[in-house]
Amino acid sequence: MAMLATTRRISHWFDERLGLDAIRQFIAHKTVPLHSATPWYYFGGVTLFLFVLQVLTGVLLLLYYRPTPSEAYESVQFIVTRVQFGWLVRSIHSWSANLMILTAFIHMFSVVFLHAYRKPRELTWLSGVVLLGLAMGFGFSGYLLPWNTVSYFATKVGTDMAASVPWIGPPLARFLRGGEEVGGATLTRFFGFHVAVLPGLATLLLILHLLLVQKLGISSPPKVEAEHARKGTSIPQMPFFPNFFLRELMAWYAALGVLGSLAAIFPWELGDKADPFASAPAGIRPEWYFLAPFYTLKLLPSHVGFIEGELLGLLGFAVLVLGWVSLPFWGTNKQGFDRTHLVKGVAFALLAYLVTFSLLGYYR
Amino acid sequence: MPQERRTLLRWLLGGGFTASVLSFLYPAVKFMNPPTVPEASTNEVSAGKVQSLKPNSGKIVKFGSRPALLIRVSDTEWRAYSAICTHLNCTVQFQDSTRQIWCACHNGFYDLNGKVVSGPPPRPLEEYAVHIRGEDVVITRRT
Repeated sequence: MAMLATTRRISHWFDERLGLDAIRQFIAHKTVPLHSATPWYYFGGVTLFLFVLQVLTGVLLLLYYRPTPSEAYESVQFIVTRVQFGWLVRSIHSWSANLMILTAFIHMFSVVFLHAYRKPRELTWLSGVVLLGLAMGFGFSGYLLPWNTVSYFATKVGTDMAASVPWIGPPLARFLRGGEEVGGATLTRFFGFHVAVLPGLATLLLILHLLLVQKLGISSPPKVEAEHARKGTSIPQMPFFPNFFLRELMAWYAALGVLGSLAAIFPWELGDKADPFASAPAGIRPEWYFLAPFYTLKLLPSHVGFIEGELLGLLGFAVLVLGWVSLPFWGTNKQGFDRTHLVKGVAFALLAYLVTFSLLGYYR
Repeated sequence: MPQERRTLLRWLLGGGFTASVLSFLYPAVKFMNPPTVPEASTNEVSAGKVQSLKPNSGKIVKFGSRPALLIRVSDTEWRAYSAICTHLNCTVQFQDSTRQIWCACHNGFYDLNGKVVSGPPPRPLEEYAVHIRGEDVVITRRT
């Protein structure tokens, strides 16, 4: 009894200073649309959960990691062989990074197929797509940090792709590499991007993304909206707290189970130390989420007409990314009607391209 | 008149603020641009002994700060190229089974003259000259 009274007093003290009651009221009235596609809503939260795990395990790795070419590989080797549970922490960091990008992709495609990008949620879409880009930036910069052969060549290829961009390419590549070649300066820069620049940007954008979701609420698919409009009923809602929140927690728990199993059963490999004077090994390929562009570049001939194949590939990717980012703007016609069939068709085509080319890139 | 004075003040304040921001940004941007480190131009390197490489084999050697590929085509015939693939900067290797130069990153093939045979590389490899001086193999940049 006395404990309850003390808790209330503490809560009241904070209430008076922070106005927590308004937040409590907001949460109490927050609802989530209930329909057959509701489970897709959990993937955004799972992505957030995996991001938090990334930060936590990343902070742990920072206690031992040393970002220089002579020490980086050895320090990761030390983490996985000598530090207690070091192998597990590193494995969780690597696996959760990959799972986070996977769940972010699922979240993005579910938003597209449920048409949740429509007015007034254009900014939520844009902030989400940029967040996915930052997640891939995390992947690219973090990939180099163990300073192994695969990561070294992946960085050479990645920064050289940047160098191929007309006009801004060469200075951009120099900025990324910290010089003309991939070396110690690149490692230091990538470390800085990975642990300071990208987390800062991602946190700001994440706050914006979550605030927009809170402000605009969760969208219902047009099909569900139309069905209820025809019937003259409103879409059933589930209280966010505790109903949706507890379900989301269960999804996090399941994600943790999958992550823990993967990290323990398939510990992330370290590979061989990078040697700038060794040939790229046979079978070299990037992380799975870069496989589709990797295989596309492999297929392109040296020249297509007067243009270099590599440049044509980059132009194609740029057009694809711009088209995808601007989806909310062409996904609705001038009269304000949704082009749901067009969007679905484009999304299916993109998904088919990504899956097919990633599989081909992996197996061929 | 007071309106004009206000407009002038706005311009002065806005201009001053913009100039301040630019004066902060300029050194920051300049700082991010890595300085050019002068590198001694390498024109010649020793690539080891003649006996260290069997016919129909190749090896990567340091040519300054960059890798070069030395190939012993036969007992008497040698070739050397920059080992940097002209596609996306990976390091190539000699494939003895096909007697071609191969880039594992995107499956680009060059022939023993450094010319592109197949795959995405847009240009031939830069060729170096190989000299045998007694027992030593020396690679030099072509002028």
